[in-house]
Amino acid sequence: MLYSEKVMDHFRHPRNIGEMENPDAIGEVGNAKCGDIMRMYLKIDGDTITDVKFMTFGCGSAIATSSIATEMIKGKKIKDALQLTNQAVVEALDGLPAHKLHCSVLAEEAVKAAIKDYYDRNGIDYDKSLYAPGTCVCCHTADKKDD
Amino acid sequence: MIYLDNASTTRVSPEVIVAMRPYWDEIYGNCSSLHDMGQRAKEHLEDARNRIAKCLGAESDEIYFTSGGSESDNWAIDSACKYGAMRNKKHIITTAFEHHAILHTLKEKEKQGFTITYLPVYENGIVKVADVEKAITEETCLVTIMYANNEIGTIQPIAEIGNICAKHGVVFHTDAVQAVGHIPINVKADKISMLSLSAHKFHGPKGVGMLFCKKGSPLFPFVHGGGQERNRRAGTENLPGIMGMCVALESATKDMAKVNDRLIEYRDKLFTELSKIPHSKINGDTISRLPGNFNMSFEGIEGESLLLMLNDMDICASSGSACTSGSLDPSHVLLAIGLPHEIAHGSLRLTLSKYTTIEDINHAIESVPKVVAHLRKFSPVWDEMEKGVIKHVI
Repeated sequence: MLYSEKVMDHFRHPRNIGEMENPDAIGEVGNAKCGDIMRMYLKIDGDTITDVKFMTFGCGSAIATSSIATEMIKGKKIKDALQLTNQAVVEALDGLPAHKLHCSVLAEEAVKAAIKDYYDRNGIDYDKSLYAPGTCVCCHTADKKDD
Repeated sequence: MIYLDNASTTRVSPEVIVAMRPYWDEIYGNCSSLHDMGQRAKEHLEDARNRIAKCLGAESDEIYFTSGGSESDNWAIDSACKYGAMRNKKHIITTAFEHHAILHTLKEKEKQGFTITYLPVYENGIVKVADVEKAITEETCLVTIMYANNEIGTIQPIAEIGNICAKHGVVFHTDAVQAVGHIPINVKADKISMLSLSAHKFHGPKGVGMLFCKKGSPLFPFVHGGGQERNRRAGTENLPGIMGMCVALESATKDMAKVNDRLIEYRDKLFTELSKIPHSKINGDTISRLPGNFNMSFEGIEGESLLLMLNDMDICASSGSACTSGSLDPSHVLLAIGLPHEIAHGSLRLTLSKYTTIEDINHAIESVPKVVAHLRKFSPVWDEMEKGVIKHVI
């Protein structure tokens, strides 16, 4: 099998799946052209993420990484959720094939994009350099390939 | 498991396995040996060559055994280029949606100074004969166009292209890996100079194939060593494989009309039923098409997750999505027929065989809509389309 049991479990039974009514923040990363889009919804109370939901267009690992990322940040303080790395997502899934690692990067970015949206909506100051735009791994690599 | 991925490879028929068996431990001599064991093997080899030639309307000395389709494609291009270079003709015509065994070989030739024209295949996935003729120049040394496409099954106007090439005195090669054993082919009637085939696509064994090269058409040696294959392709002959290929091709040829009637009915039932899924699209022409090839795109979903879910429902299928190709771009075939990237990512290929039953088809017809609906439920792309934020493309 291409994927670990853990990946398949999250693919078959995605946690926190679907649209959220009245979210406090939404983050969307990826690009349909590249075949992956992740959208993450957050409910935030004070400095705590009280609920998370996601919708994903993408391959099995894109669905699994977004699913497990929601579990990893639910109930966490915002500052702790910001510490979520793609490596942590990969480890939690018992690994990903090398050519699927970009899915874990997307999951990390989706969380950050949602938190950035929360900051923007509420006029909270943040370090802009942490949220570099245009981070679609796939597009970057595809551009390089074309020369 | 319901196996609907026969364009990838097929199950070896029982009669083929039986036919191969004696060549492992009874008639195992080396065809180049002088003793009876070797000479007996040689007789069987030449018998197979004869019988295979007959199935294709060729002469037995026009058949060269190889390790499969990729080798045959590499060889054909290599040889035509050598001959071209000798006469200072370094232009090749092909299509944008050939198999990578052709496209990647041609990329190498480009590095060696050859110029390649990639003909368009339009929305229906069929090359225009007029485009071929227009593209031919004084420098053209080879036209290589596949008989039928491996992803969308569209059959190319090979006989007409053959005529044009003959008229202009250009070598015409066709990668017929998906077509041989599936539709009637006669190399003489089609005026083909070179044709590649692979046994495992028609219920034969893997690792064996063949290059047809018309008498009088130059064929340079490809593998150097012993004198096998009339000094052009060295290496002890894979006799079990060749005998298996021979029997597989004979039975495919014999049963073709009957099997195809059934497969066309199944394929068209798949198209009719699965076209009921909203915002779906059939990829490639539905008439000039291999009987067993189904290919559709479903908007708002991605192919790999579709395949994984179908696998959970015991269906083996294939997709042109980037994720399944192991590269970052979706299938070059689907892009060549003008599909936008996001639609190409959501494609599904089901390819049937003589072993496919109506129960298999019905199971696919039940399963695919469920999977598409499930994936669309949490697809942000589908969500935006349904809310009118972005437009439906298909």
